[in-house]
Amino acid sequence: MAGPMVEIRWHARGGQGAKTAAMFLAEAVLDKGKFGQGFPEYGPERRGAPVRGYTRIADAPIRRHCSVEEPDIVIVLDSTLLESKSAGVTAGTSADTVFLINTSESPEAIGKRLDVDGAKVYTVDATQIALDSFGRSIPNMPMVGALLVVEELMTIDELKIALAKRFSQKFSQAIVDGNVTAVERAYKELRSA
Amino acid sequence: MAQNLVALAGNEAVAYAFKQARPHVGSAFPITPQTEMMHKFAEFVANGEVDTEMILVESEHSAMSAAIGSAAAGARTFTATSSAGFALMWEMVYVAASLRLPINMALVNRALSGNINIHCDHSDSMGGRDSGWIQVFCENAQESYDTALMNFRISEHMDVRLPAMTNYDGFIISHTEDALYLLDDDTAYDFIGPYQAKYALLDVENPITVGPLDLTDYYFEHKWSQMEAQKRVFPVAREVMSEFGELTGRSYDFFEEYRLDDADLVMVVLGSSAGTTKDVIDEYRDKGVKVGLLKLRLFRPFPVAEIVKVLAGRKAIAVLDRSASFGGFGGPVFTEIRSALYRQEQTPIHNWIYGLGGRDYDLKQVAEVIEKLQQIAAGEELQEVNLLGIRL
Repeated sequence: MAGPMVEIRWHARGGQGAKTAAMFLAEAVLDKGKFGQGFPEYGPERRGAPVRGYTRIADAPIRRHCSVEEPDIVIVLDSTLLESKSAGVTAGTSADTVFLINTSESPEAIGKRLDVDGAKVYTVDATQIALDSFGRSIPNMPMVGALLVVEELMTIDELKIALAKRFSQKFSQAIVDGNVTAVERAYKELRSA
Repeated sequence: MAQNLVALAGNEAVAYAFKQARPHVGSAFPITPQTEMMHKFAEFVANGEVDTEMILVESEHSAMSAAIGSAAAGARTFTATSSAGFALMWEMVYVAASLRLPINMALVNRALSGNINIHCDHSDSMGGRDSGWIQVFCENAQESYDTALMNFRISEHMDVRLPAMTNYDGFIISHTEDALYLLDDDTAYDFIGPYQAKYALLDVENPITVGPLDLTDYYFEHKWSQMEAQKRVFPVAREVMSEFGELTGRSYDFFEEYRLDDADLVMVVLGSSAGTTKDVIDEYRDKGVKVGLLKLRLFRPFPVAEIVKVLAGRKAIAVLDRSASFGGFGGPVFTEIRSALYRQEQTPIHNWIYGLGGRDYDLKQVAEVIEKLQQIAAGEELQEVNLLGIRL
């Protein structure tokens, strides 16, 4: 692999938008001259079932096509998955792994629940932000906003532009504007231990 | 030349290539993971970006039948399928090749049932290996797009006139957002060019018969003509790939050699697994292990002379198969490579069957094969046909 690569693993429940976020990010980094790869893990497509998504970002074309087993960053859209064995939130992680958790709990409390030595834990209440901003509990895009705090893939303004461009093809202006508000708020409200 | 860097899933990329070929007719029936490809193409038609006549049929058998009728009429024709859909086409897949109709098809590789599995392996395509089609396997979205374009040129070439499959791995490529360069529409179409069938049912001034009874008198000679046409794919494919390389800067050949020059140990792989393999080969190269990859793209026709030239004299070879031949001696790629190297100096050639039903082919599995290759090269006698990544 020429140059460094960031590997992100998304944990969520079906319907929370992990697939959209994983693939959106892979596309958005193109404008920053980087190469992205994004894909979900396809299983039984049931709303509420534990799902994973993957995003890789690198300076050179990405060649590997396997799932992310040793993530640099773990993003959890639903904190009820933290203790789920089948979700495997901590699988393959190390003291260098950064955890971004959607929760109203503090990073310290989540750190205890994760039980990973030296884990760097960040939390943000992305569900509340999503409800406040566009009235639906879909926390995927706020978590992308929060991600920029720990990994400077682009500026928050660049993210807002990329998001508006992509979402306006598919969603109403109200949903687009709400998501733009939400990513900025999550970016500002991310807490670390 | 200027090319547009975009992020697309493999299915979208291939749909784009098909749009740029401006086919007269497309026949379609949905099946996962192919569906999004045809969905995207239908969107291009609905938006007026291409004036292809879409025939929405009631099964894959009908999809291939409609494609045959359309191609026999003289139209540039394409279709797409996966897995059980390809199996249902079966009878007509042979007819397409026997009639020498240059139909282009995306085969988005998926395991065959049962039990029901929607994920990638190559058992669908390998079942069609003897059907007379050209078969090319692709590593990523870029290669799938490029191959879909090039296959029109190769299959429709007057020396060839054979149907061609662009194989790309279900989900792993078809549903993964990946960065790739696209040609602009006119450049892509100019590269492929217009299609003029040599014999067409709609050419009423020159009436022909298509698909008559063909018994002991001529059937054998017609099979000979298919064998000869397959041989003529080699020079045509090379010419097309070389022209494409000059146009885009992306060079292709029958197979790709990755760090192979001085390699003692060689892995042979098809499809998306090649990229994962390359990453691990780099790690072993850093440790001083002389290992390389032969990524086979063209599986039918099988470029035996070129493969022998490249593989002869190596210390150990691992052939990976993403499909099984139940009761056979190894998988189909292994059988072919091993047979090709008969009478060369004795290089141990081992087989690993992997990734059935979409089982992840990860970095550890590549490392496991390279470790075994080192043992084999050191003279250890290991089992010849193996399973990789299985939990027993």
